[in-house]
Formats: sequence, structure tokens, C-alpha cells
Amino acid sequence: MRARSRLFPYAVVVPFAVVLAFPFAWMAITSLKSNAQVYNPANTWSFHPTLSSYGFLFHHTGYVTWLKNSSFVGLMVVLITLAIAMPAGYALARLAGHVGRGLGVGIFLTYLVPTTLLFLPLSRVVAQYLHLEDRLWALVVVYPSFTIPFAVWLMMGFFKTIPPELEDAALIDGCSRLQALARVVFPISVPGILTVVIFTFSLVINEFVYAITFISSASNRTLAVGVPTDLIRGDEYNWPGIMGSIVLVSVPLALVYNAFLNRFIAGFTGGAFR
Amino acid sequence: MAVVTVRRGSRRRLRYVAERRGFLATLLISPAVLFIGALVGAPLVLAIYLSFTDASGGSLTGKWIGLANFRSAVDNPIFRGALWHTILFTVISQAIVVVCAGLLAHALVRAFQGRWFLRFFILLPWAAPIALTATGWYWIYGAGIPQASVLNWFLVHLHIVGSTGGLNWLGTPRAAMSSIITVQAWRTIPFATVIFLAGISSIPQEVDDAAAIDGATGLRKFWHVSLPLQLPIAIVAVLFGIIFTATDMVVPYILTNGGPFNSTHVLTTWAFQVGIVSSNVGEGAAIALFMLPLLAVVTIGMLFFARRAEVT
Repeated sequence: MRARSRLFPYAVVVPFAVVLAFPFAWMAITSLKSNAQVYNPANTWSFHPTLSSYGFLFHHTGYVTWLKNSSFVGLMVVLITLAIAMPAGYALARLAGHVGRGLGVGIFLTYLVPTTLLFLPLSRVVAQYLHLEDRLWALVVVYPSFTIPFAVWLMMGFFKTIPPELEDAALIDGCSRLQALARVVFPISVPGILTVVIFTFSLVINEFVYAITFISSASNRTLAVGVPTDLIRGDEYNWPGIMGSIVLVSVPLALVYNAFLNRFIAGFTGGAFR
Repeated sequence: MAVVTVRRGSRRRLRYVAERRGFLATLLISPAVLFIGALVGAPLVLAIYLSFTDASGGSLTGKWIGLANFRSAVDNPIFRGALWHTILFTVISQAIVVVCAGLLAHALVRAFQGRWFLRFFILLPWAAPIALTATGWYWIYGAGIPQASVLNWFLVHLHIVGSTGGLNWLGTPRAAMSSIITVQAWRTIPFATVIFLAGISSIPQEVDDAAAIDGATGLRKFWHVSLPLQLPIAIVAVLFGIIFTATDMVVPYILTNGGPFNSTHVLTTWAFQVGIVSSNVGEGAAIALFMLPLLAVVTIGMLFFARRAEVT
């Protein structure tokens, strides 16, 4: 009986892990084949590994440019999001009481309004009023519309876990409320802020609908759009290269994600269930 | 005497802070509210406005044509197909997710060796950008060449199909629908697992102990104690999954783009096709707006269960 219950987690988790991670294993294997081998079923598992597809990826495609574009947009959006969401999250957690809770939930609900509902009007606004058609800045301006609600919610959850007594002590010592915020609250929220940075960045890397609607030239694409459109619908299919491009981005992102997951859960559920 | 002054002073100070608090809160929250109002609220209103006009590509205004866009959308059999596929895509994928994530969460909540390592693999589909992994799946499904599909290699070598056989995973209507549902379930399982896990771990040890003292064990304990306590959080996670699946465009767009023969169009890909590719902005907006009632219902459900979760 005891042995059986000790085996239970493995019996469930191992098969799931194999199935869920298999696509990545297959992508990694494909990326090590030569382009001539990939269509041949006889070469499914036995082949001469080569890194040539990675050379192709870096020297003959827009991959490096897309990587830079995605990083640029990610960085700018993270900065804007933090500047707006940190104060708002703090205020909602501390200062605004019951009204604050309602407002917090309200802001969070806007996160549920999907990009697929807004991309049509926004594509016209971006082109006609902002004159940002086919510019990365269009993404920098529009992306905070979904990162801010998400980040405000997370920040609110984190700030609720910091005891108000800490700020009260700072206030008694003669700090103003803003000083208390800058010198006491923000420094001890660094782990929470880092979590928001990582999940905001990953939302940006993931975004597809706006990026494919607002950007038209290959040199301004982001990773999420460049890989499925230009690498697939280009003249030459290079499946090993495409698979390499996916593995190179996914695995590091997943490692960071995993490291911050527990904090993410605390913030995500903390805002709602505390 | 001295005591009275101190008290009066502190009261004044309190009121002073209270007033400043309201002011400060407004100051800190308003940038977020303004940003969201400008880039979520305004476009939403604009989308509703556009759906009543004949606006086409390159313009934001058009002649008011009433419900004509909605009528022409509903009259199109592709739209009715898309509505049905959206329901199938959402319901089936999320049903799979609930079962798998429930099992996984109950296994992962226990401490066992190698848990961190295995959790990493389980999280991979969620952590990787979906536009990229969907492209990976496109290749796994054979990218239009059945013999190149690794899934067919398994089918052949497990002797499920003959050596020349194998499915054209994205090329036949039934198989294509199943294929996109599989990918959507695959990418949502980790998220649901993680939130279910949070729900299970949030049950205090005291509750467990009390249930044990009262003689509840095994399935009875699960049914009468653990399940009701974790249900609200689990339902919130499922509602999340429903919203993100029903409004998702990436998986169907990259894998099938509505094909073959429009057999896998969902509301989002069809709105994109009509509104952007065919430049019929008004009708595209009308199609996308069919998601709104679903959003409203799910949101109300979410608010209800989030409050339940807070109470317990």
C-alpha cells in the first residue's frame, strides 16, 4: 500500500512530462539534421548530426534582427509597464480600501478583453492617428494595454503581502509617504518586481495578433511573427533552421519561467484570494 | 492637559494623512486607468461603432448601415461554421485540460524526488511562445507531407497503420480540427495545473487534520472536504482557459489558417480574414463582436467564484 502511494506521483507525472515535452525534443532533434534528411522517414532517428541549420539561421535569415526587435519592444514595454503598474498596484493594495478592491478587479477584467477583438479598430488608429504603421513603436505603444492590467494585478498581490507596519515605522521616522514607498516598500518588493518583469516580457514575446496586423515589412518583425511567416512562407523551407530558432528561444525562457513560478502563483492568486 | 493636546494633534494629523491618502491614491492609479481607457476602452467602443458602418480598409469611418454587417455575417455559412468550431475548439480542449490538469496537480502536490525536474518539462508548453511552438507542431504534423510527420512514424512502427499509410493531420477536415484542439489542450494544461496546484496547497493543514479526526478518509475526504475548498480557484482557472481559448487566433491561424475548405475557421481567424485580408473592417468587427456575450458570461462567473474563493 505504501509503495503504491509512493509510486503514484511518478506513474502520473512521468507520462505527462514525456508527452508534454516531446515536441521540444523532436524540434531539437530536427534542428540537428541536414535539410536533405528531414523528409526521409528512414532518417527519423538515425542521421549525422550537424549544426549547419543554426549557421543558416544566423547568417541567411532575419532571425537576429527579429531577436533584436523583440528584445527592444520587450524592454520598452517592461519599463512603461513598471512605471505605471507599480504605483497603481501599491495604491490599490494599500491606500484605496474597498473602492480599491473594486477598481483592482475592474482593471484586471480589462486584461480579459482579447486582442482579437481590438486589433481591427487599433490597426486603423495606429495607422491614421499615430502614424506608426509598420513601426516597432506601434507595438511599444499598444502592448502596455494588456501588460498593465496584468502587472497591476500581480503588483497588488505582492504589496498586500508586505506588512503596512513597515511603512508606518518609516512614516513615524519622518519619511513622507512617497519616500517610504521609494526607500522601504520598493526595495523589499524586488522579487515581486522581477516576477512582473519576467512575465511582462514573456507576454510581449508571445504577442502575435497585433504584431502581424501592425507590422508589414520583414525587417520590422518580431520573433513570434517572423518565424511562422517569413521562415515558413519564404522561398526555401528550412525545417532544421526553423526548429532551431524555436528551441533557442523556448528553453531559456522556460528556465527563467520555472525559477519564478512560485512567486507568480503567490502574486496571481494573492490579489484575488487574500 | 498635555494628554488632550497630543490627542487633538494626532487626530488632526490623521485627518491630514487621510486626505492626502485619497489624493495620493488617485494620483498613483490614474495613469493606469487612463492608459487602459485609451487603449482598451476606446478601441472597444470603436469596434462596436465600426460594426454598424461600411468602413473598409484604410478608413476609420464609414456610412452607418445598421445591422447589415451582422446580417451578412450570419448569412455566410463559413461564419456559422466558425461559430460552431469556436465552441468545439473551446469545449473539447478545456475538457481535456480539466481532466489532465486535475490528475497532474494531485500528483505534483506530493513531495517526491525529481519533482522540480519533472515540473520543468510539464511547464515547457506554457513557457515557450505559442506562435513558435505552433510552428513546431506544424512540422510535427508533417507540414503537408504525411511521410515527414513523426506522428505517422509512430503510427507505422506501432503497426497501427500500414507502412505507406499515415494521416494527413492538417489536410483533412476532421483530422485538422482534432489537431488544433490537441495543440490548444497541450499548451493550456501547464497553466491549469499550476493554478489547481495553488488551490490544493491553499487548504490549511488544520482542515485536513480536522477531517481526519472526524473520520473522513480517501475519496470521502476528497469529495466533502478537499474538493469544495479547491473548487472556486479551479473554476477561475477553467474560466480563464475558456476565455483564452475562445478568443485565441494563434493556434488555428498558424496550423491551418481556417483550412482545409474552411473546415477549421474559428471566429478570430474568420474576423482576421474578413477584416484585414479582405479589408472589410466593418464586417470583421461585427464578427469579432460575437465573442462579447461569451466574455460577459464568463466574466460574471469569474467574479462570482473569485468572491467564493475569498470567503472560504
